[in-house]
Amino acid sequence: MFLSVVPYSPQYGLPFSQSKQGKVAELRQELNSGGKKDKNHSAKKIALKKIVANMTMSNNDMVALFPDVIGCMNLPSLEIKKMCFLFLVNYSRAKPDIALKALPILVDDMEDSNPLVRALALRTISYVHVREFVEATVAPVKRLMQDMDPYVRKTAAFCVAKLYEHDKKMVESSDLIDRLNSMLKDENPTVVSSVLASLVDIWGRSESISLTIDYASASKLVSILPDCSEWGQSYILEALMSYVPQDSAEALLLAERIAPRLSHSNSAVVLTSIRVILYLMNYIADERHVTSLAKKLSPPLVTLLSKPPEVQYLALRNAILILQKRPEVLRNDIRVFFCNYNDPIYVKVTKLELIFMLTTKENISVVLAELREYATEIDVHFVRKAVRAIGKLAIKIESAARQCIDTLLDLVNAKIPYIVQEATVVIRNIFRKYPNQYENIISNVIQNIDELDEPEAKAAIIWIIGQYADRIENSDGLLQDYLATFHDETIEVQLALLTATVKFFIQRPTKGQQLVPQVLKWCTEETDDPDLRDRGYMYWRLLSTDPAAAKQVVMGEKPPISAESEKLDPKTLEELCLNVGTLATVYLKPVQQVFRNARTRRLQYSPALQKPQEEASSAAGWQIPAAAQVAASSPTAATAANPTGFPMTGAAAGDMNAAVSAADNYFNSVGSQQMAALDLGGRGDGGAGGGGASQTQYVVNQNQQQVYQPQLAGGAATGELLLL
Amino acid sequence: MLSGILVFNQKGENLIFRSFRSDCRPRLADIFRIQVISNPQVRSPILTLGSTTFSHVKHENIYLVAVTKSNANAALVFEFLYRLVMLGRSYFGKFDEEAVKNNFVLIYELLDEILDYGYPQNTETDTLKMYITTEGVRSAIANSATDSSRITMQATGALSWRRSDVKYRKNEAFVDVIEDVNLLMSATGTVLRADVNGQIVMRAYLSGTPECKFGLNDRLLLDGDSAGGGSGGGGGSSFGGGSSGMVSGNRDGTTKATRAAAGSVTLEDCQFHQCVKLGRFDADRIISFVPPDGEFELMRYRATENVNLPFKVHPIVREVGTTKVEYSVAIKANYSSKLFATNVVIRIPTPLNTAKTTERTSQGRAKYEPEHNNIVWKIARFSGGSEYVLTAEATLTSMTHQKAWSRPPLSLSFSLLMFTSSGLLVRYLKVFEKSNYSSVKWVRYMTRAGSYEIRF
Repeated sequence: MFLSVVPYSPQYGLPFSQSKQGKVAELRQELNSGGKKDKNHSAKKIALKKIVANMTMSNNDMVALFPDVIGCMNLPSLEIKKMCFLFLVNYSRAKPDIALKALPILVDDMEDSNPLVRALALRTISYVHVREFVEATVAPVKRLMQDMDPYVRKTAAFCVAKLYEHDKKMVESSDLIDRLNSMLKDENPTVVSSVLASLVDIWGRSESISLTIDYASASKLVSILPDCSEWGQSYILEALMSYVPQDSAEALLLAERIAPRLSHSNSAVVLTSIRVILYLMNYIADERHVTSLAKKLSPPLVTLLSKPPEVQYLALRNAILILQKRPEVLRNDIRVFFCNYNDPIYVKVTKLELIFMLTTKENISVVLAELREYATEIDVHFVRKAVRAIGKLAIKIESAARQCIDTLLDLVNAKIPYIVQEATVVIRNIFRKYPNQYENIISNVIQNIDELDEPEAKAAIIWIIGQYADRIENSDGLLQDYLATFHDETIEVQLALLTATVKFFIQRPTKGQQLVPQVLKWCTEETDDPDLRDRGYMYWRLLSTDPAAAKQVVMGEKPPISAESEKLDPKTLEELCLNVGTLATVYLKPVQQVFRNARTRRLQYSPALQKPQEEASSAAGWQIPAAAQVAASSPTAATAANPTGFPMTGAAAGDMNAAVSAADNYFNSVGSQQMAALDLGGRGDGGAGGGGASQTQYVVNQNQQQVYQPQLAGGAATGELLLL
Repeated sequence: MLSGILVFNQKGENLIFRSFRSDCRPRLADIFRIQVISNPQVRSPILTLGSTTFSHVKHENIYLVAVTKSNANAALVFEFLYRLVMLGRSYFGKFDEEAVKNNFVLIYELLDEILDYGYPQNTETDTLKMYITTEGVRSAIANSATDSSRITMQATGALSWRRSDVKYRKNEAFVDVIEDVNLLMSATGTVLRADVNGQIVMRAYLSGTPECKFGLNDRLLLDGDSAGGGSGGGGGSSFGGGSSGMVSGNRDGTTKATRAAAGSVTLEDCQFHQCVKLGRFDADRIISFVPPDGEFELMRYRATENVNLPFKVHPIVREVGTTKVEYSVAIKANYSSKLFATNVVIRIPTPLNTAKTTERTSQGRAKYEPEHNNIVWKIARFSGGSEYVLTAEATLTSMTHQKAWSRPPLSLSFSLLMFTSSGLLVRYLKVFEKSNYSSVKWVRYMTRAGSYEIRF
């Protein structure tokens, strides 16, 4: 291969190691050498190859060769043409005035007799973000949309979407979109799928455009699926999300015709099919049909686990989602989610979440044995999650609590510091969930107190000391040990210490009366933290006003905690189910929270729409077609569907009513639980719903996302949403 | 869809930068380098910063990165990246930094062809090789308008994976059934998980536009399908003698007998190459297709019932105090004595503070690999029914910070011909072509270890 002359051989060194002018001059000379003798332009080809190779690697130096490259553009060689076009696409933005010289050549080429050349010219001209180019494309593209050759037509279809990106107004005021629409009648399936991809792309960029597909078109699209490439199938399936079934039977028929796609080897086709089928299920009345469709979704999802790890990850994240929407899917499959030793960490952590979700009374023994195994692995992050999962299972499945506690104690005995710390945190939660049942293990927990050096674990043990001050013999000594370093502790630990000291005082007033004034003084006079100070004053006043009431408040019965908080709120769940397979499902967050510019999808109202049981009463929340263009939900929707949360989308659109009423709702619901949160050594996420504060790991509801996001997120640091 | 495709080497140098939308700015290359390549904390293949998402896969010594700006179809993004890897391998043999540096132009040309405005287009190797080649000579074909039309029809047609002018003097098709058997066994010897990921790879050297029908001992099909479906057909179809003596005879006459003996297999799920008519499979479980020319993966399947485990392993590992670990590992072949497995490798983990090991085996050789903390026991040929034992001892150095040994599972790798863990058999492959030529078909079975792990 003569390509080895591209300048990577040692004598050239890296392209940018040479002086800029020298390099450019040399290449220019090479490009213009050869003259008439060079019949096949092989000298020019070699020079151009070097230029292309240098394009990426040596920053923008090559832009100086722009005029020379344009000079080669008209040579009768497709190979040279392609290289020149590539150069043009790369540099036209930097030098629009020089780029203009290439315009006539491109316009000419769009009339070439060779379809590959016509398509190439059209594809190239529409990449150039320069006004003259955009304007010069409009007339030819209209012609090429009706070209004889399907390859040219599909290129023209994508071209409209490109033009729309360059100049929205121009496209909207022309008849390009209408023409694009009429191309849906094309007899070539590849062209049709390209048209759909283009339309959906345009739809995604503009709130003013709506995309509707009627049953006849949807049915026709499904019938051409088998004749499309795998990518084309994905585009068609994606577009089918814009079809709103008006009739239950139509939805069923279509879903059944799409189901064979679940056996496709391309995971994009599989996941997009799952998305469409899940979507159509919302419009199917007969529960038996829905169940039988749901059954079909399970095997393909599991099969994706034999794909490369990135695809596995995606399949697993979507399994988490689908499981919440349709718990019957995957019900019997817990073992397939057991981790292989060599799975990448992001796969393991997601599998762990699924194992947690799928654990029941029946399989708890198998699961605990498995989790115990994970707790001995090397990756600290994963081990911690495994330990935490054991603790959460104790809370989720009451009958298995004893078993979980035994497993935890077993692990604690190995005295590996991070396991001990994690276990301490979850045991605190178990105490919290089952008061007066398992306190006999307090001594086992306390004996590892020296191993704890992380704030969360310290706060947990301090909570235990405070809560059970009267049962732990040397509770005063333990507490004093911690108080000795009070000023060096993190705010989380300080808050826990304050509360524990007050509890201690209430339970053992004689021993506590020296400690309390000291701690209150620190918290009120010697701290800069407003939370700590406020809580300090609160206790101070409480204790000085009415000690009996103080006891009632501080040692009062706590609202129970539950482990079911891993659930997404229904609105987010509904939205994500309409986005199966997309990036948002990796983050399991409302789409607009991750992608601010994304257009949201909502279930559209139709007579066939089945209302999910849990919100049967809030039918007003469904969008009615007339209002469907704007993402903002009506106030009723925001509050009815989401009683304890802030509205997700409403506020952004200036819907103040919704925001205000939701906020009121929120604070009303918090009230009584605020104390409980404080009691837990609350972490400032006050009142994420009773006891939510103690359950950060798997929680993906909207109040917890900040905690969930950075290091703890499934698959580690996937998504700090920094601004670029 | 995709805003751009970037390729980096391990040092973080940006080798390829192709943007498809104006929102993919050059500085994104620096952001990826800083946030992913030089950040050891990153453990996910997907990173979203602001509205930009980087999805990457690593292959050989390069990073292939897709940049997206919206809530893109992530499955499609990764499928595309893997397809790009596949294309690279089929063009350059090995797709690594060197191949990229030697083929800038070709890669840019490919990217321009297989993505339009960031939407994947036809990515079939066969079609692409008609007009995008390493030699640059062949693209001369594309210079004439009529030849070009042939290419464009091919690229947009319903059979985009196959050229119409394929000709062979001898028409042959090879079918490889390759199963990866996965096992996860607990320390107490309970099978936690056993399943099979099967793959059927076909090499088709068939002229014209052949319609193939492919039959397996699939329980769902056989239940519905009474007296023997495998009647050969398609002009002298028969599986005969073998390329390496590993071929099972499955002549028409013997089909019924084989079926009775082998029983049928329940396939949990199947996924097919895009050439397979999925509608037909869904309706009557018939696998029918027009194959691409040459090698391709026809289908993948999964089986979880009645998995035959080729090897039983029984490890006894004893930690003697803090200074010594004693091993006794017995392994027994659980298949017919007519068969033999090759390249059996058993990896037996040792503690991280192992100083030295001694090992004795009744067959094969064992060696300590300190860099992997393993004793590696290799048995080149393992006949069915036999049983071998390894005894070993690892001496440990004392450590100041004594931490319990995590005891990673013992793992196996092997390959075993003429055996399918799932019990799957190919019943027939019929080829129909309008010129009605006769063709020869071969089938070969192999079982390999997927993730074959035994805890102890």
